[in-house]
Amino acid sequence: MKPAILDQLMTEAQAILSGPSRRSDFPKWFRDQQHGAWSKFQTMPMPNRKDQPWRFSNVDLLDLSQFKLGAPITDNDRIEILERSRALEQVAGRLVFADDQLLQRDVLSEDLQRKGVVFQPLERAMVEHTDLFRKYFMSEPATLGSAKFAALHHSWVSSGTFVFVPRGVEIEFPIEIFHWLSGENSAVFPHLLLVADELAKVTVIEHFRSQDRQLPGFACGVNDLISGPGAKITYVCAQNWGENVIALQINSTKADHDAAAKSLNLHLGGKYSRFESLSRLIGEGARSDLLAVSVSDGNQEFDARTLQDHVSPHTASDLLYKNALKGRSRNTFGGLIRVEPHAHFTDAYQKVRNLLLDDDAEANSMPGLEILADNVKCSHGATSGQIDADEMFYLRSRGITPAIAQQLIVKGFLNEVIERLEQPAIADYLRGLIDEKFSRAK
Amino acid sequence: MDENWRGNLPQIAARKTGKSRYSFVPLFMNELNIQNLRVEIADREIVRGLSLTVPCGEVHAIMGPNGSGKSTLAKVLAGHPDYHVTGGAVTMDGENVLELEPDERARHGLFLAFQYPSEVPGVTIANFLRAAVQARMPEGEELEATDYYAKLYEKMELLGMDRSFTSRSVNEGFSGGEKKRTEILQLAMLEPKYAVLDETDSGLDIDALKTVAHGVNSLRGPNLGILLITHYQRLLNYIVPDHVHVMVAGRIVRSGRKELALELEERGYDWTREEAGEMAVR
Ligand SMILES: Nc1ncnc2c1ncn2[C@@H]1O[C@H](COP(=O)(O)OP(=O)(O)OP(=O)(O)O)[C@@H](O)[C@H]1O
Ligand SMILES: [Mg+2]
Repeated sequence: MKPAILDQLMTEAQAILSGPSRRSDFPKWFRDQQHGAWSKFQTMPMPNRKDQPWRFSNVDLLDLSQFKLGAPITDNDRIEILERSRALEQVAGRLVFADDQLLQRDVLSEDLQRKGVVFQPLERAMVEHTDLFRKYFMSEPATLGSAKFAALHHSWVSSGTFVFVPRGVEIEFPIEIFHWLSGENSAVFPHLLLVADELAKVTVIEHFRSQDRQLPGFACGVNDLISGPGAKITYVCAQNWGENVIALQINSTKADHDAAAKSLNLHLGGKYSRFESLSRLIGEGARSDLLAVSVSDGNQEFDARTLQDHVSPHTASDLLYKNALKGRSRNTFGGLIRVEPHAHFTDAYQKVRNLLLDDDAEANSMPGLEILADNVKCSHGATSGQIDADEMFYLRSRGITPAIAQQLIVKGFLNEVIERLEQPAIADYLRGLIDEKFSRAK
Repeated sequence: MDENWRGNLPQIAARKTGKSRYSFVPLFMNELNIQNLRVEIADREIVRGLSLTVPCGEVHAIMGPNGSGKSTLAKVLAGHPDYHVTGGAVTMDGENVLELEPDERARHGLFLAFQYPSEVPGVTIANFLRAAVQARMPEGEELEATDYYAKLYEKMELLGMDRSFTSRSVNEGFSGGEKKRTEILQLAMLEPKYAVLDETDSGLDIDALKTVAHGVNSLRGPNLGILLITHYQRLLNYIVPDHVHVMVAGRIVRSGRKELALELEERGYDWTREEAGEMAVR
């Protein structure tokens, strides 16, 4: 047994509002950055509902005082978590984190290693790939509302993943990363830095889960996704946190000329889950697909903010978000298409569909356009509706119970988005998670 | 309601015969029985005291002018929530249909092929029918996938449907004829006791009509009662009915053998209207 006084000291040291991280094994330049970020976090105001980026958001849920770094994972937990860290049958590599501690790393095949693919924890990348790391790590400011939390992330990030795919290398199977929340009131700061060099191709899927679905926790993640010239990256987030988790995810995607970037965010878990998605089309011919799917129930609140930023001409972006809302859950969408002055011949689309399954569910969508170039094709629209009564009757007339009928219709509604991934194995896996959510609700 | 009730057996009662031997006789006829049914929608009475009996094993055709309430009758039988039953009774093998939920009616053996089937975006025919078949199985029992697909492909072949249909969303982008065929595919898969086919022939080309009629005929038998709603006597050449009924303004105004259909084809509905009028006066 540890003396109580030591326990108390540790607890105090670990509360995230006591920051910043005091990990001494990081390089000095990074620790300096962390201190700078911490000061920034302290000076910036907490979000306010009156700020446009936080309109309709329940900012009261962002009280972080109870959250702390997780204690070391016990052997039993480690075994359990690793057993449960299986999702796709075929993967190119796998990393498993719990409370930000690296539990397991399945190395890449020799073939991929020989080709120069790098897949490693962040702290190693800081040392071994310093230049790339410094060039891209949080290089894009968080402009969609969460700058304060990006600073918090920066000051606390202790682990995460660095993926680098060299020129012309295509990785057939997805790279898989698990982030688990384990201890009560644990805070995690997941990070993914993905750099695909010219003509490279890679898919990364991140799984966000709670070991115990009831325990409160906090997640504040940042992803930097860089698609080099002609490269193709696909990023999938399978967010399935426990019921009492507060989660913020800040993603930025950069697509160079002729690059493609596709992301799909599935949101199922959490009490409050917000994700900000900035997609910058910086090179001619770049294309970005922003996809998202959510199923919320009970008192869940999901909050999505996006920016499709067209910097160069001949770029295309296509956003499709579909949400199904049950119970008293709420979903907020705020999205902007911005076509900058020189970005002529741009195609930009934005479509949000909300399916309200109960009278008390609430969806607020704020689509927006800001077009400063010529010859632009843009459309945006957000609609909310209920299940068509005739459609429901049709299913019931075949003997299908209302609950199963609803589940089928919702899955059918969301399927359009999932199919857009064009990755059958991942699509099956995501549909399975949605089924699980429905069976939990029973 | 008892969810697991799905027997094909008529309800039975024991009757004493002779010494101390019992024989069992049905207490109710095996039939779909509609008595003096009245239905309103938006305060307008559409079905106005309709009575009709379809014994299991028989095919009954209903013909009647546009707007006479045929589809309304079909949907009310299936339990559509928009329609308000204000009077009368409907029983299926003695069981009160009107107090069952739409999905219960289906699980108890009632089927409706819709005049205008709904589209269900994103739900494949395979998954849709699988859910429907699964719904008929006892709690906790899982449908065997290989058996299911074997049966599905067999029925599709019977109806001349390409297997690729199984992975298409239900009715989405289907041609009129494809929709009707899909309705009959569902009928074949779900094996109801009573089926109401609402204008399944309309929109079918002549070859499709023959295929669909062949499909229906192959399902015909002592365990299936069919109520066939149609405008065209042509269908009745292929699916020969046991009885033909004429529905005008929410009532059956005339019933007869299959020759009645020919007479209607020749003379139209006016004469039946007149007779119905006379009936009302009397
Ligand atoms: N949902 C509804 N709301 C209002 N009126 C309706 C509704 N459904 C049916 N009706 C009315 O009820 C009447 C009967 O309609 P129904 O569809 O049952 O006729 P039908 O005999 O099937 O005609 P058809 O031969 O053209 O298919 C029509 O006047 C129709 O407009
Ligand atoms: Mg009709």
